Amino acid sequence: MFDLLGTTLPSRLLLGTAQYPSPAILADAVKASGTSVVTVSLRREMAGGRAGEQFWSLIRSLGVRILPNTAGCHSVREAVTTANMAREVFGTNWIKLEVIGNHDTLQPDVFGLVEAARILCEDGFAVFPYTTDDLVVAERLLGAGCKVLMPWCAPIGSALGPVNIMALRSMRGHFPDVPLIVDAGLGRPSHAATVMELGFNAVLLNTAVARAADPVGMARAFGKAVEAGREAFSSGMLEPRDVAVPSTPTIGRAVFS
Amino acid sequence: MRVLVKGAGVAGLTAAFEFATRGAAVAVAETRHALGGNASWFAGGMLAPWCERESAEQPVLDLGRDAADWWDAATPGQVIRAGTLVVAAPRDAGELERFASRTSGHRRVDEDEIALLEPDLAGRFRRGLLFLDEAHLDPRLAMAALHDKLAAMGAEFRFGADAQHGSGFDRQIDCTGMAAADDRLRGVRGEMLILRTPDISLSRPVRLLHPRFPLYAVPRADTQFMIGATMVESRSVGPVTARSMMELLGAAYALHPAFGEAEIVETGVGVRPAFADNLPRVETSGEIIAINGLYRHGFLLAPAMARQAADLVFNQDGTKELTHETDGQRRSA
Repeated sequence: MFDLLGTTLPSRLLLGTAQYPSPAILADAVKASGTSVVTVSLRREMAGGRAGEQFWSLIRSLGVRILPNTAGCHSVREAVTTANMAREVFGTNWIKLEVIGNHDTLQPDVFGLVEAARILCEDGFAVFPYTTDDLVVAERLLGAGCKVLMPWCAPIGSALGPVNIMALRSMRGHFPDVPLIVDAGLGRPSHAATVMELGFNAVLLNTAVARAADPVGMARAFGKAVEAGREAFSSGMLEPRDVAVPSTPTIGRAVFS
Repeated sequence: MRVLVKGAGVAGLTAAFEFATRGAAVAVAETRHALGGNASWFAGGMLAPWCERESAEQPVLDLGRDAADWWDAATPGQVIRAGTLVVAAPRDAGELERFASRTSGHRRVDEDEIALLEPDLAGRFRRGLLFLDEAHLDPRLAMAALHDKLAAMGAEFRFGADAQHGSGFDRQIDCTGMAAADDRLRGVRGEMLILRTPDISLSRPVRLLHPRFPLYAVPRADTQFMIGATMVESRSVGPVTARSMMELLGAAYALHPAFGEAEIVETGVGVRPAFADNLPRVETSGEIIAINGLYRHGFLLAPAMARQAADLVFNQDGTKELTHETDGQRRSA
């Protein structure tokens, strides 16, 4: 169980809904992963008013909580407009805020992000900002009214896994009471387990599952890895040592070398 | 037996042909005033079930592998059997590996072989995959050929026809795609371009893999190329968006800079009808048989659907059930 902004969620895995071979496979993957929150992008599908309504109905019928996102927005205005449309379409004040600053790396424009976050928080949104692992930016986002942070661990869709463990560790250390969700860059279940072992509250991923050869199997694998990583974190992991320590006593054995 | 086929897209025309060749008296009713304007009209016309298997489920390969033979028999001279060439820029070599591992029926080709296969791509790509058993056709010519053949066989065409009631017919085949009253169907919008340039020629469809903007270019007559196609979860039939056109043109330019000088002859938008599993269905309800949900596989899967529909009527034992289980379900079964 995991408390996120006053909502109790059974799973610490959040799943994106793009790029699956079919909506049927998406539905199976959501079920197999055990996820209780899915993200959905509005921007592209908005072409033609509510013409994407059929896909959204499929998402709604998954029976899990929806976190709409502003994927692909490159400006504050665009992101704010999309967030407002999302609130209307999905009837939720949750919004995953993306303001992209670089077309190649899909790196967040952290200045625009803080500005958009302030506008949306003042308007009553619960803003989940997609940000870098920069501590100063994180402070500004919290100052703008965000109650949760979503740092990347590598560029979106890159499947690189955590490229800067030190930064993630430091972020966890600086904000012990803020829910931190690693968003973007996870490629395999061991990556998810690694960041969960660092004490992150949850992970969000999409491409690693959607573009796997068997998205349903991969969704299940990620669900288990997230659970394993969290349980390891709460169970207190052994620190590495420089000396070997036998797990069974050697004194008293017949041959002692 | 008198059969009324509703809809003159690829599903309707192939069904009409399949029923007509088995001796039925066929009438085809189409609300549009001529062939075209539907999703089939804007299709790529690739008969490429092995490539499609990259993201499609096994039934697409099983049902689609005989499509080229069907079209060859029905519309002689329309099918070009030259395979499919799949390439990726050196930076995206991982995409090529991924594509190779998800598909079968291909062999690897190096820079020299790419130059032999497609001289205009010489030196542009170091590695690729050749799917030798695949084929392609020009959807508009194939539809016209099928129409003419049906007309010659005595089939009646009613263009500009309002909703037809089936009185006087023994069977109705509903092939109306997105117009069918079926709330399980959703629209998946596809945008395409037709470019014309004499500066490059291709002998076969070429797929350029890219992590964000995959593209295919299908050569057509008169130095034209069909460039496609986007996949947008929307039933909007509005004009191509600037962004989609930019992405398609950017990818075409990456395939060969000569596309930068090409003329844009046409932009097109089709909305493909799809069920949740993106697999087609043949369903009967009384005297009505519905063929729908061909998604992005119209020319590839319509022949198999037409056969299934005709089998339902002509051989009672020939009713093969389409499997709709996902690959994952099949694996764990």
